[in-house]
Amino acid sequence: MDLESLRTTLIDAGRKAPANAEVPYAFETRVMANLPKAPVQDLFSLWGTALWKGAAACAAITALTVALSLWSFHNGADSDDDTLDMVVLAGADQLTETW
Amino acid sequence: MEQSDADLIAAVLKGETSCFEPLVTKYSPRLFAMARRYARRESEVQDVVQEIWVKAYQKLQSFRGDAPFEHWLMRLAVHTCYDFLRGHQRNRETTFSELSTAETDWLDHYVKDPAPATEDAAAARALLERVLAEMSPAARLVITLLEIEERSVKEIASLTGWSVALVKVRAFRARAEMRKKLAKIAREKYL
Repeated sequence: MDLESLRTTLIDAGRKAPANAEVPYAFETRVMANLPKAPVQDLFSLWGTALWKGAAACAAITALTVALSLWSFHNGADSDDDTLDMVVLAGADQLTETW
Repeated sequence: MEQSDADLIAAVLKGETSCFEPLVTKYSPRLFAMARRYARRESEVQDVVQEIWVKAYQKLQSFRGDAPFEHWLMRLAVHTCYDFLRGHQRNRETTFSELSTAETDWLDHYVKDPAPATEDAAAARALLERVLAEMSPAARLVITLLEIEERSVKEIASLTGWSVALVKVRAFRARAEMRKKLAKIAREKYL
């Protein structure tokens, strides 16, 4: 048996059959009754929106931190340096006193 | 005066849900014709078409209006039908003894003389439906779109989201799979 010929014959039979496009009675009503309340945004767009909001918040925090560090640098840089020296060299001072 | 699809879609997106109904009325016949090629029971067909409409409503914001609404809707419909096939995949094979009398008679006639056998188209369609039901979802989809609905490879690529090369490869495999299924059915008696 020629299987390709059989296959083609069956496909021809399927092709000749008109597709049944009949819509059941009141199907529109059923669809409308089952629709969600409002078109829902897809998850990716929700995630994208949240990401942009998060990015804006991060940028604001970064700008605030930079501004604060610049302000403290201009207003109290020397005293900060002295404090740092004292903390770093505290061990060495104690060592000298021990001797 | 009848509103255009674009007007109706714009109204739905503004919150006028009732404007969705004319779209459902207009395009449901095409969706039912498509769904009936993949689902056998009428309840399943109705569920598939309803799912297509619910998805269309939910994703309406993603419709940009570059192409006609019908194209966008048919892509959605093909994807939903493909998901349906994947969810209802059967893993059993029909043997010759399971065929109906009409199908067996049709095959007998075909073996004796292939030409007149095409006359009993209903039995041939039943046999075709039986074979398609056993094929893998991708194979069934591609055979239906390419050979039964006679769509072009490019059109199928657009509908399914597959590349043109993938459609060709799947069509080649689908034909081979179909021959294998037919061989399995016919082996008992004719081969």
